[in-house]
Amino acid sequence: MHPVKTIALSVALAATAGLAQADETLDAVKSKGFVQCGVSQGLPGFSNPDDQGNWTGLDVDFCRAMAAAIFNDADAVKYTPLSAKVRFTALTSGEIDVLARNTTWTMSRDADFGEFIGVNYYDGQGFMVPTNLGVSSAVELDGAAVCTNTGTTTELNVADYFRANGLNYTVVAFEKADEVVAAYDAGRCDVYTTDRSGLAAQRTKLSKPDDHVVLPEIISKEPLGPLVRHGDSQWADVGRWTLNCMINAEEAGINMENVSDMATSNDPNIKRILGTDGDLGAKIGLDNAFCANVVAAVGNYGESYDRNVGPETALKLERGVNALWSQGGLLYAAPQR
Amino acid sequence: MANNSNKTALAAPAPSFWRDPDKRAIVYQALVLAFIVWLLYSIINNTATNMESRGLASGFGFLTSSAGFGIISTPFVPYTEDSSYFTVFLVGLVNTIIIAFVGCVLALVLGFVVGISRLSSNWLIKKIATFYIELFRNIPLLLQILFWYSAVLKPLPGPRELHEAGETVYFSINNRGLIFAEPMGQEGFQYVWYAFFAAIVVSWLIRKWAYARQMQTGEQFPNFLVSLGLIVGAPLITYFVMGRPLEFMPAEMSRFALRGGVTIIPEFVALLLALVIYTAAFIAEIVRAGIQSVSHGQTEAASALGIKPTHRMRLVVVPQAMRVIVPPLTSQFLNLTKNSSLATAIAYPDLFSVFAGTTLNQTGQAVEIMAMTLAVYLTLSLLTSAFMNWYNSSIKLVER
Repeated sequence: MHPVKTIALSVALAATAGLAQADETLDAVKSKGFVQCGVSQGLPGFSNPDDQGNWTGLDVDFCRAMAAAIFNDADAVKYTPLSAKVRFTALTSGEIDVLARNTTWTMSRDADFGEFIGVNYYDGQGFMVPTNLGVSSAVELDGAAVCTNTGTTTELNVADYFRANGLNYTVVAFEKADEVVAAYDAGRCDVYTTDRSGLAAQRTKLSKPDDHVVLPEIISKEPLGPLVRHGDSQWADVGRWTLNCMINAEEAGINMENVSDMATSNDPNIKRILGTDGDLGAKIGLDNAFCANVVAAVGNYGESYDRNVGPETALKLERGVNALWSQGGLLYAAPQR
Repeated sequence: MANNSNKTALAAPAPSFWRDPDKRAIVYQALVLAFIVWLLYSIINNTATNMESRGLASGFGFLTSSAGFGIISTPFVPYTEDSSYFTVFLVGLVNTIIIAFVGCVLALVLGFVVGISRLSSNWLIKKIATFYIELFRNIPLLLQILFWYSAVLKPLPGPRELHEAGETVYFSINNRGLIFAEPMGQEGFQYVWYAFFAAIVVSWLIRKWAYARQMQTGEQFPNFLVSLGLIVGAPLITYFVMGRPLEFMPAEMSRFALRGGVTIIPEFVALLLALVIYTAAFIAEIVRAGIQSVSHGQTEAASALGIKPTHRMRLVVVPQAMRVIVPPLTSQFLNLTKNSSLATAIAYPDLFSVFAGTTLNQTGQAVEIMAMTLAVYLTLSLLTSAFMNWYNSSIKLVER
């Protein structure tokens, strides 16, 4: 399927004339009635379909939040599952409106492919090895075979790390995450490397998850975030403030349950966030109550985190650096005022 | 003179422009050509305009930047992470050519054996061949590739279960591949090569001589056995005379895997198995059709002349069947080459995987990379076609 898909996307890029000019995406989305959201082909906790085809995850929640902000209907989303390889082509060719696919924000990607609108998960690349290998640190991995995905920053980071530490390695790079997991499970490699959230997610797919250990080293910064096409700052604002709204709501203590009660709050900050005061939403082409709609439909960032990747889920990821800045984390959204 | 003027008088008056079919044809062809040129221009112009409006860089400058990622298997091309994207292109190209060439040769051999077995008078052999063909040509190739990959990978032990750290290993099959000691020619090894090539030349001369003698006297000469003896024997004798100038550099077991030696990765083996077994099923049917297209009278006539059964097949039936076999065989070779791009599913670093995959993703130069990749597959296919067309015309029935 993938060769076909890649070629089809290239041809689409070549053959379509005059799509998506500047400042048109929001109008186009409003007139077609849904957000076309590029997601992964199945990464538990971030974007994963269940057996009925319902998507869940942190990235999926972002797509739903955008739909709630625009239409006040979180279900007005259509998902396009994309491999790491074709994701940017899908965005630049106009096939999708927003790419929320656990994508690392880097300078070259920002320059080449689209505009990152924020970070919805601070991650870092790690290594997982079978426990019986007896390895306690990544610097012991001289001569190991490493399984990873093609077309990812992971592939470049692992090359950098092993070279910088003067270690030999063999890389076995697959296109789909499922193929990497299967090969690692079959013993093709000694090490599986990807973002640590990904390791936690994929570990649940292994035949014996408890026989594997994640090494302590974090070899890279991987700020994962959604991105949109270049040249449409209005659409980028819609995405950026949807994300900021979820983080600000958590900070202000607004959640799914109390959002309707909060509407009567006298706190000027909460009034601005919920749009009962001022016209912040209208300034970016949305309803003034867009943030209230987002929180009512998908909850604040903390609720989304706990529901999808938190300690109560199969991924068991502590908040860590993804806590609010006021609680020792890195999440610091610009104020809505 | 009189003759000449007579001719002019007889010629019909020149028809008007539109009534002359030759001139009309030129106009139509010019119109079609103009349409195609316009179509190409608008596609290229559209692409360029769209890319510019989306701020996508174009051009081939990216080929010189350094790639920065590792590749599992880079035969014949020196490659490190510092190498350029162009080197990645070469690595992918070489890997594609290797799998396509080895695959075509093995599929041809297996296809011929199965095709002839299908026509065997032995019930068991015939049924096995039929079963093989019907099974493998009716299962999607991608499924077969994934099947063989897990079939190759799953039952094999890991290197750590086989070898102790620090052990030197001359030969090993484990789930990291087939690993054997690397033969290194020492001083004097070049004579072994000389002997090998000399033996090939001498065999060719003997063949010519034996053919001429058979034409004159009817006496046969055991060509094949003598040639085989020469080609194997001469280098072997030279090797021992020169004092065995070949050293085997063994692989050494590190903490995780074998280092050094020559490694044939399991991805290659799995892909090769799948491509060969799949394509051979089609080739077998082509061979069967070719053989059955030779009239039974030919076989009977050969028997009547007292030609023995093995010669009957090799000298009477197969040469005539080849004329039917070669054109569809070419298509199968082309299919195999193109199907090798499915390698991307199992991490074999062919052109499609490392260049149209990883490189495309790192650089975003979709149009340029896809154009280069398409050009490669087109060139490989055209070269295969050209070779097979040449072969086809060389075995054409010579009519007297």
